[in-house]
Amino acid sequence: MSKDKRFLQGNDAVALGALYAGCRFFAGYPITPSTEVAEKLAAMLPKAGGRFIQMEDEIAAMAAVIGASLAGRKSLTATSGPGMSLKMENLGFGCMAEVPCVILNVMRGGPSTGTPTGPGQSDIMQAKWGPHGDHPCIALTPSTVAEQFTETVRAFNLSEKYRTPVIILTDEIIGHMREAVEIPAEGELEVIDRVKPDCAPEDYLPYDSSKGDVPPMANFGEGYRYHVTGLNHDASGFPTAKPSIIDSEERRLVRKVEANYDDIVKVEEFMCGDADRIVFAFGSSARSAKDAVLALREKGVKAGLLKALTIWPFPERHIKKYADGGVKGILVPELNLGQAVCETERAAGGKCPVEGLFRVDSEAILPSQISGTLERF
Amino acid sequence: MSRYEIRLSGSGGQGMITAGIILANAASIYEGKNAVQSQSYGPEARGGASKAEVIISDEEINFPKVTSPDFLVALTQEAYDKYSKDIKPGSTVVVDGAFVKNTGGGDFRLYSMPVTGTVLERLGKQLGANIATIAAANAIGGFVSEEALLKSVLSMIPKGTEDFNRKAYGIGLELAAEALGRGPGKGL
Repeated sequence: MSKDKRFLQGNDAVALGALYAGCRFFAGYPITPSTEVAEKLAAMLPKAGGRFIQMEDEIAAMAAVIGASLAGRKSLTATSGPGMSLKMENLGFGCMAEVPCVILNVMRGGPSTGTPTGPGQSDIMQAKWGPHGDHPCIALTPSTVAEQFTETVRAFNLSEKYRTPVIILTDEIIGHMREAVEIPAEGELEVIDRVKPDCAPEDYLPYDSSKGDVPPMANFGEGYRYHVTGLNHDASGFPTAKPSIIDSEERRLVRKVEANYDDIVKVEEFMCGDADRIVFAFGSSARSAKDAVLALREKGVKAGLLKALTIWPFPERHIKKYADGGVKGILVPELNLGQAVCETERAAGGKCPVEGLFRVDSEAILPSQISGTLERF
Repeated sequence: MSRYEIRLSGSGGQGMITAGIILANAASIYEGKNAVQSQSYGPEARGGASKAEVIISDEEINFPKVTSPDFLVALTQEAYDKYSKDIKPGSTVVVDGAFVKNTGGGDFRLYSMPVTGTVLERLGKQLGANIATIAAANAIGGFVSEEALLKSVLSMIPKGTEDFNRKAYGIGLELAAEALGRGPGKGL
């Protein structure tokens, strides 16, 4: 059978990836540079038996996505910086109530309205720390149109598997560029669905972690009645003020993600084997970094690229491996004034110099900027 | 071919982004090459200088932006002034001579043709000028086969507009043949 090869925009690939993963609900409020995702799904979801709602704002969109997921639909919202800021309260609720869903943030320049049509990578820390309180965070950073598809499928899988919101952090360059993609056939990529309870409705405890850190999740409307709250709660879902339960549940909430580094954190190691200097990059900057590494290799400079497809949990073990291995330095190019670079420094633990290369003028980091800096290491 | 960079520019709404998508689609889907298309535009939907960029290569394309075009198309003076500064020495430039009056001189081969006016005159509307432009640019630049490009045009336009767009495509080929017949100029 011939492959289904299509020439697609990055945002369209997210929409198609979502459908492949089983997403059947989208609620959002249009914002550049994410709008094409909503446009595409407005046309496609109804035909796939799904629902599309344009909400009154991003706050309501996030709330609708959580509600739809509680009723059993895999759900997506798509936005950019200013909209992402508005989603934070309900995103925190989603983490606390352990509701699987996927949030796409096509990053543009900021703060505030910033540069709507220009790229940015300045929401890295917001993704992790936007919602208040200790909470789990999974955030993925595709850098090709094909990865926009596959990482969207992975985002849904991780959200279902770990019962938590997952963020796709892409940027205007990747969202708006077009390249050819081979659409995976049905069954070619794994699709994970949430684990449902196997007990009778009257015996169901929505946050019963006696069998593991991720409790089975019942869909509303299927006879299982339970309470969902943002307050600290016990296994029944009702609020609790018991310090021992607050403590154990808080720790479980964070642990269910942090303890599964190997399953969640995906990093591509390109020419790292014999590298004496490393560039750690993600999203559109990883494309520049790959060209920089190739150019340096031609000159005989042993450069390597660590390309993060997961940015949260932070790929600290991958970085530590090379820092401990004695590389001359690690360079972190990003379209902000220094976010991932601080985490990289923490992961390197002083074993090698870590340097940032920042650009915030709404243009992409050039391969020559990266190779020029790496060469000096 | 190794990395070849094409920049298509004009005024927002003239369809240069669509033209870029059509070209890149032809290269990647119909000719099996690697192609990336990107664009930049202002917040306004119409007017202002707008550009689409296409990179075609037999090798993997990582950096998706054009840094020094091998081939530039400019339909307006504003677009020419904004997007011609970084063209590669020895590159090819195609302009709509009715709107681009001043290119200065330089190390490039210039082809000038009245593409917007001819489409308006023969088809009664400017719509279609982007199809004529990409047909002309491809005839001069030889990025993809004429067959692949036409197939790509027909796959991307709204149903019912095939005849109109075929005519526009034909106008582009004619204008390119005339321009090639005159030979490249050194500047306007």
